[in-house]
Amino acid sequence: MTPFTRPVKFAEAAGEALAGPRRDPRPAAERQRRRAEAVAELPGWEDLRRAGEELKDRALLDLGTLLERLEDAVVRAGGKVHWARDAAEAARVVTRLVQAGGREEVVELASAVTREIGLAGALAAAGITVRGAELSPRERLLSVETVVSGAHFLVAETGTVVALEPEEDGRMCLVLPETLITVAGIEQVVPRLRDLEVLLQLLARSSGERMSPHTAMWAGTTAGDGPREFHLVLLDNGRTAVLKDEVGRAALRCIGCSACLDVCPVYGRVGARPYGDLPGPIGAILTPQLRGIEPAYEASLPFASTLCGACADVCPVRIDIPGVLVHLRAKVVESRRRRPVPTPELALMRAAAWTMSDRRRYERALARLNRWGGLLARGGGVRGLSGLSGLSILSGRWTDARDLPVLPRRTFRDWWRSRR
Amino acid sequence: MNAREEILRRVREALGPASGAPTPRDLPLDGPAPAGPQPEAGDLAALFAERAAEHAGGGTTVRHVGADGLGTAVASALWARGVKRIAVPADLPFGWLAELQGVEALADAPRLETDELAETGGAVTGCALAVAETGTVVLDGGRAQGRRALSLVPGYHLCVVHADQIVGTVPEAFGRLGPDRPLTWISGPSSGRGSRVLELLIVEE
Repeated sequence: MTPFTRPVKFAEAAGEALAGPRRDPRPAAERQRRRAEAVAELPGWEDLRRAGEELKDRALLDLGTLLERLEDAVVRAGGKVHWARDAAEAARVVTRLVQAGGREEVVELASAVTREIGLAGALAAAGITVRGAELSPRERLLSVETVVSGAHFLVAETGTVVALEPEEDGRMCLVLPETLITVAGIEQVVPRLRDLEVLLQLLARSSGERMSPHTAMWAGTTAGDGPREFHLVLLDNGRTAVLKDEVGRAALRCIGCSACLDVCPVYGRVGARPYGDLPGPIGAILTPQLRGIEPAYEASLPFASTLCGACADVCPVRIDIPGVLVHLRAKVVESRRRRPVPTPELALMRAAAWTMSDRRRYERALARLNRWGGLLARGGGVRGLSGLSGLSILSGRWTDARDLPVLPRRTFRDWWRSRR
Repeated sequence: MNAREEILRRVREALGPASGAPTPRDLPLDGPAPAGPQPEAGDLAALFAERAAEHAGGGTTVRHVGADGLGTAVASALWARGVKRIAVPADLPFGWLAELQGVEALADAPRLETDELAETGGAVTGCALAVAETGTVVLDGGRAQGRRALSLVPGYHLCVVHADQIVGTVPEAFGRLGPDRPLTWISGPSSGRGSRVLELLIVEE
């Protein structure tokens, strides 16, 4: 697997995508249609969304207790629980488990979390052959000894792990191996088995189905049925940092339905690649929080949106994605405020603040602006300022797509004074 | 500090002491269950059959049989597919296989090897329950179902659903299922290359 080489900024990566052929919008439109149908068919959809929101929020606020309960329950059911602070530690734990079993080959049931920790690369580096379930012939799956999977939900009270598999091959990988290793994020835990009635319906209908084709649930090991050894690796990797932010933590409610991707006008044009590991609107709010907003790339993600709000409308657990985007934008701006070299926007804003804080300065500036505005006006509007080299740094991209109205010949202040 | 302790410490530090603002924890634990349709008992089997037939990937074949016709229905389903050998859970009711002629039934006791399972033409099992609204069959390894591999490895799965096992909605299903056994929810055939076939026999009394 080629690792994702991070571009400097989202816009740069998006530019590359936009230069290519336009993406076919029909598959996403078809998925949206199926989703709308599946949702309309179920009475009380809005109640169900609220129940999902509340349930996940409550689980996050009680996360410490739930994780301890989950560990107890999994151990009671014959499984083992491992904890990993970051991606590297998770990959090390899995590698050690595979090697301890004396295995040189594993099947990876690819999931968001196994991709997040770069598992395939880490295992390969340790000399372990990694096969994808979708690439293995059926006969090979029948004799598979070790499988590494992700999960969709974890249940604290029973130690149950829930995995939704689109294909039966996936289900086979959860049942046939001697050893099953499941890696899951700590935010995936919910209190009770009954909570799944809400979450499974939300997830399936948001994917345009009445119920996901194959859903497997198990706790630990079962005598005479399925793997003899079960390991659950619980991953932090930035999640506790997200949890700290009272606004941003809503992103951890995500149940992975991908509905926000199909409705997003930005994602619809640029596709998954510019977002990095986690595509779409949810990636734009989760990735910067998981990895921090210091690097330019992560800091650019909250700006990869028109704030149209379509994602929040479809989100089954009612994550206010535009709200979190705006919150993160403010955090990015705040974090750059004290840098020795200000950003162009900050320099402009500071100049404006200086000008506006004094009446005489402000009036002089207005008069000047008026004169220049008159010169720039063409055909009833001011446009294409990017041609002016001095301004282009500050406002070229802004004015490329927007026409400014012609400034009136006389300022309001002038007019007011003449009236008195 | 080991990883476990550190992650738990980070979690508690992140959440901090109670902020004083009302948290979702203060909300009633059991909100009103979303109101679903409450179909008449007799309609459940019809709704289940209709929804299962609409499964993605081509739909699932559904047949209705009377209780006294089950043995014949199982046999004719197997004959229609040319299945010569099947795997069955050791506790499958004898009557289900009473009419089999020319079909060998291998009971999964002692446990069949995975290879042996793969070489059979199919498996016949019951189920724990079925969900009408979603056309879902749920297996929990209980009576007449056997272990998970049994209904997973053979290329053809004939599943018997008794009408009184059909519930209306997903929440009702969770009300009936226990956490002690692995659960498999099947809501459609394999859409991809697996080319496994699921066939349902609904037994109405």
